[in-house]
Amino acid sequence: MKSLKLPPWLVLLLPAIIILAAVVLIPLVLSLYSSFTAYKLTRPDSLYRWIGTFNYEKAIGDAKFWAAFGRTVLLLTVALNLEMLFGLGLALMVSKVTRGQRALRTMMMFPMMFSPILVGFQFKFIFNDNVGLVNNALQSLGITDQAIPWLVDGNLAMFSIIFAEVWTATSVFAILILAGLYAIPKDPLEAAKVDGCTAWQSFRYVTLPFLMPFIYIAMAIRSLDVARAYDIVQIMTNGGPARRTELLWTLIGRTGYVDARMGYANAMGYISIFLAIFFTVFFFRKLTAARAELGMGV
Amino acid sequence: MAQVHLRDVVKNYGPLEVVHSINLDIADNEFVVLVGPSGCGKSTTLRMIAGLEEISGGEIFIGDNVVNDLPPRERNISMVFQNYALYPHMTVRENLGFSLKIAKRPQAEIDKAVDEAAEILSLTPLLDRKPGALSGGQRQRVAMGRAIVRHPDVFLFDEPLSNLDAKLRTQMRVEIKKLHQKVRSTIVYVTHDQVEAMTLADRIVIMRDGHIEQIGTPLDVFENPVNTFVATFIGSPPMNLLNGVVRDGAVVLEDGTTVPVPPGYQAREGQAVQLGMRADNVMPVGHSLPPTEHMAQIEMDVNLTEPLGTETLLFAELAGAEVQAKMLNPRPVEAGERMTFQVMLDKCHLFDAESGAALRG
Ligand SMILES: Nc1ncnc2c1ncn2[C@@H]1O[C@H](COP(=O)(O)OP(=O)(O)OP(=O)(O)O)[C@@H](O)[C@H]1O
Ligand SMILES: [Mg+2]
Repeated sequence: MKSLKLPPWLVLLLPAIIILAAVVLIPLVLSLYSSFTAYKLTRPDSLYRWIGTFNYEKAIGDAKFWAAFGRTVLLLTVALNLEMLFGLGLALMVSKVTRGQRALRTMMMFPMMFSPILVGFQFKFIFNDNVGLVNNALQSLGITDQAIPWLVDGNLAMFSIIFAEVWTATSVFAILILAGLYAIPKDPLEAAKVDGCTAWQSFRYVTLPFLMPFIYIAMAIRSLDVARAYDIVQIMTNGGPARRTELLWTLIGRTGYVDARMGYANAMGYISIFLAIFFTVFFFRKLTAARAELGMGV
Repeated sequence: MAQVHLRDVVKNYGPLEVVHSINLDIADNEFVVLVGPSGCGKSTTLRMIAGLEEISGGEIFIGDNVVNDLPPRERNISMVFQNYALYPHMTVRENLGFSLKIAKRPQAEIDKAVDEAAEILSLTPLLDRKPGALSGGQRQRVAMGRAIVRHPDVFLFDEPLSNLDAKLRTQMRVEIKKLHQKVRSTIVYVTHDQVEAMTLADRIVIMRDGHIEQIGTPLDVFENPVNTFVATFIGSPPMNLLNGVVRDGAVVLEDGTTVPVPPGYQAREGQAVQLGMRADNVMPVGHSLPPTEHMAQIEMDVNLTEPLGTETLLFAELAGAEVQAKMLNPRPVEAGERMTFQVMLDKCHLFDAESGAALRG
């Protein structure tokens, strides 16, 4: 019997190929394929009903999809910028602390240690209009005597979600920016002082350019995170009220698992991925530019 | 108008005192050079004048004002840092013009000042580069340029030429001297290089271990060093020092050679002393030293010669110590040759062996 002989390089690469195929390739191909079918989770045989680009056309023509898309972009923009500003402020303050800085740095990481699901539950409770901490506090302080519908009013609900996002992730920015602050050489700052800079001017013209690469790295990481935001929103508002906080992935999740229309959900997912890719590429471009600016090579 | 005065200025880092109560008065338009071995506190002193380092005691005046509590930007100084301290994200042009931009000067004025400085420092072709794309010497020139575009009351230079090659250094030294004559401002200049110190300074300040050892004109510190440290630090080759004891108005060296006490010096009978003489004042007999009143003759074995072209440096041995001498109009000398040398006594010095202080009578 002639045994099947594989060339040695293939044998050696085989484990990697098998793992990659199982983990990346098969799900990718399968989901891509299913986005061209009328696949419904409840009817497995529909996986073979090829309907071409119908799902994509439907998504592109779907106002709900674009509303969720726009809302995700909004959340990305607002949350990232707020996190950046707060993170920068926090990092600047912590870097000025002379005693107990190590403990502060550890404490800064606490919000990142909780599962987003738990954070969602926590804020759902905090912003609850009847028993929530916020309303209770506001009422006891006499600032208002009404129950503010934090999670029920559309705009307030979005605000609450952004609040929760910012609370969890500001420390990502703070930590990366703090690393940047530690890496800044002392001399240019001294030169700036001699050149007549006020504290603000030193910050604006010397410190900030040095921090930009770190800010862009944080932005790139966080843009991927926020673009796939699901858990906090799902728990706090479930996309409601009346879809006023519906984001891309809560919409996609609902379409896929609740409505069982997996093919359509996958098609929307593929369109959404471009959003994440766009932001990542954008921030990496910025990062490269900021590094080149500092003469750190490309 | 900007004199600078240091009154009992002290600097400590925690319990460690690195500058010990120094006093220094710098006149308006004066060029003062701080020299001293590495770690003696030159940079620290300069940085205290700049306001980059808080002073732990004493007072610093610029003009008539105590500036102890003024931040650097209110002292109207400019500084060249030992390690350039350029802004890496700005081009050479932006680096040079930065202080003027901060001062909100009109763009035309900034451009003019930058072009002028670039011209003086041969930086014109590099104006659009970033510091990362410059050599060490070029960066140093940018750092110089950044200081001279402004017209500050006081220039502070921390070893601004240390990374240049010998030719460029000489050239820049001349430029600095010219600059000083042109812009007439007060300059405090730190260097290791005593040639720089001697050629540039109106007055030299010699520091050691956070103390000022001597302040004087270059000629003064060269001709009248107050102690053995200054004597050996200033001048090249360093001054020869020979141990001896004073007997009957003469210094008796360890091997019995006697040399009269140099004129102008006084020592007790039996005092342990060090006799100091520079190589320029010790020459083989018959070698061009004009005969003067105060001459002494000594015999030494020559161990080594170092021909320098117009003159030859001779390394000889006397009383167990090495003595360097000079021979103008060189002739070949065999190692081990015994020669008779003439010493110009009125250029010699006498120091107390214990304290090192000059024994001026
Ligand atoms: N931040 C600091 N903490 C403790 N000691 C310091 C500090 N900075 C400087 N020193 C000490 O102060 C002394 C003077 O330092 P300084 O930099 O003024 O020397 P310098 O004369 O400029 O030397 P160099 O010629 O090598 O530049 C040195 O002994 C140095 O170790
Ligand atoms: Mg120094």
